[in-house]
Amino acid sequence: MIVEHLPALQVVIPLLAAPVIVLLRGGRAGWLIATLVSWAALGIAVALLIQVQSAGVISYAIGNWPPPWGIEYRVDAINAFVLVLVSLIAAVVLPYARPSIAAEVPSDRHYLVYAMFVLCLCGLLGMAITGDAFNIFVFLEISSLSGYVLIALGSNRRALHAAFQYLIMGTIGATFYIIGVGLLYLMTGTLNLADMAARIADVGETRPVLAALAFITVGLSLKMALFPLHVWLPGAYSGAPTAVAAFMAGTATKVSLYVLMRFVFGIFGVRLDLSVLPLLDMLAVLSAAAMIVASLVAVFERDFRRLLAYSSVAQIGYITLGLSLANAEGMTASVVHLFNHAIAKTALFMLVGGILLRAGSDRLDVLAGLARRMPLTCAAVVVAGLSLIGVPGTAGFITKWHLVLGAVQDGHWWMVAAIAASSLLAAAYVWRFVEMAYLSPEATARAGDAYTEAPLAWLAPALLMVAASVYFGLDTSWSLGSAREAAAVLLGGLR
Amino acid sequence: MLTGTEIDMGFSSHYSYWVTILLMVAGLYIVVARSNLIKKLVGLAIFQTSVYLLYIAPGKLIGGTAPIAAEKFSVYSNPLPHVLILTAIVVGVATLALGLALVVRIHESYGSIDEDDILEADQAGADEGTAAGRGERA
Repeated sequence: MIVEHLPALQVVIPLLAAPVIVLLRGGRAGWLIATLVSWAALGIAVALLIQVQSAGVISYAIGNWPPPWGIEYRVDAINAFVLVLVSLIAAVVLPYARPSIAAEVPSDRHYLVYAMFVLCLCGLLGMAITGDAFNIFVFLEISSLSGYVLIALGSNRRALHAAFQYLIMGTIGATFYIIGVGLLYLMTGTLNLADMAARIADVGETRPVLAALAFITVGLSLKMALFPLHVWLPGAYSGAPTAVAAFMAGTATKVSLYVLMRFVFGIFGVRLDLSVLPLLDMLAVLSAAAMIVASLVAVFERDFRRLLAYSSVAQIGYITLGLSLANAEGMTASVVHLFNHAIAKTALFMLVGGILLRAGSDRLDVLAGLARRMPLTCAAVVVAGLSLIGVPGTAGFITKWHLVLGAVQDGHWWMVAAIAASSLLAAAYVWRFVEMAYLSPEATARAGDAYTEAPLAWLAPALLMVAASVYFGLDTSWSLGSAREAAAVLLGGLR
Repeated sequence: MLTGTEIDMGFSSHYSYWVTILLMVAGLYIVVARSNLIKKLVGLAIFQTSVYLLYIAPGKLIGGTAPIAAEKFSVYSNPLPHVLILTAIVVGVATLALGLALVVRIHESYGSIDEDDILEADQAGADEGTAAGRGERA
């Protein structure tokens, strides 16, 4: 009975929890509700994934209005995977958020943080689960608006300007997306994604459809921080409270990437020869530029959080590079990297939270000799960093391996060179941390202070994620298996 | 699908599209060209408004009524774009409200709503390090 309503509950539970948290006005109660909601969301997402893998696509008619007319929630191999990813990150970050928010945000605003957090979770889950193009826009704005608030709660005043910048760019992105959807609606007369995919054949390669493809791609690229549309990201991630940065780094850009995959391959790719617009070629070039330029910027960043943010821009490049290959290996690499990058980067931002608490700064020169004070944190940063580089035995390697396989399969040797160059640069920026933390003498200003390892409540969730990024580098049966199925679904629609 | 003769109808029949494009480009230009944060938000609002028009105008049929089944009427306008745009208007208002609230907070802590001043202040503050900046809003 309740099982058949799981797709609706996935979104409705966090949505209803948000006003409840605001009404209770208690930081502790808010945290408790948010945590329980995120665990419930994870349970539902896993149940949906299992159901999809055993019984196929789930279609749920909201309000019992049948699909082409009403809003349909449609769960298949790919978005079930994204749902698990988003709710997993939320479920791990929230236990960490309690001490971290307590340290970084004034106590009268705690309940608002948790209300915004569940609202953001609701928006991201909704974007992933819905099968309706306009509904995606609504959920995109729910997650974005709550995201702007979360970023603005950062303790430095720069967070305010970062949030404003993100608001401007995010709104332009969302509006571009909705312009594209409007053009598609004019041409096909439907907003249901599956229905649209079927009807787009009749309008073929007309100019409005091509314009729609361009608008949607650019709009979503802004939201997912594809180079060179990434300028909002470093400020937002380094200004936000670390719990928020950890959550957003793992989820927000990933869901927009999923929506782009859905549109490019699920709708346009079905009938439209993708070579009419050089979309995939452009994606490939921009991805390679992201991988190299953003990594290069990261090498010269002075603040550790900004370094990580630029590394995120580079890692998004890997995902779009796999997408641009449009073959099974490349697509598998893309989908699995949504997951592999999310766990590594979430772990890193959580670890930075502990460093900020103890060292009071994330400037790399202040962190000199940190490993003597915080050996566990530093070791965890290095292991997660290895996953960013893509060292064998970590999750990052799995992505790169399949990315290289996909590139070689189509004879794109320049991509292999770009991946190698980007990995070397990643090694360089991770090395900067190693050099500071392990090989430099302790900063004199700090030498007298008695600061030690971060508390367990800060470390445990981060260590769990670090362990996961090693585990999924060794045992890939679940992550790679799910990604393969998702890739098959995406490519299955191609002409 | 458009046929040749329909395309030849030219400028006047696509009047609403020209207005839409003008608003779209003007709004986007203001967002990019102005450094005053309030003016940026005004541009953003104009940009979003153009989308309302993009949806609403094609939904209207001349002589069409609301889709109520009655014998007198046979031509109906499409009600769905109106409903969609009601939602989009709500989103637009929420975005504008949040944006203005952020501008108020920015003005409180920077004493300016000009992006150039803010960037300058950030640049000056950067030399003192992030540690100094932490907690000043608490």
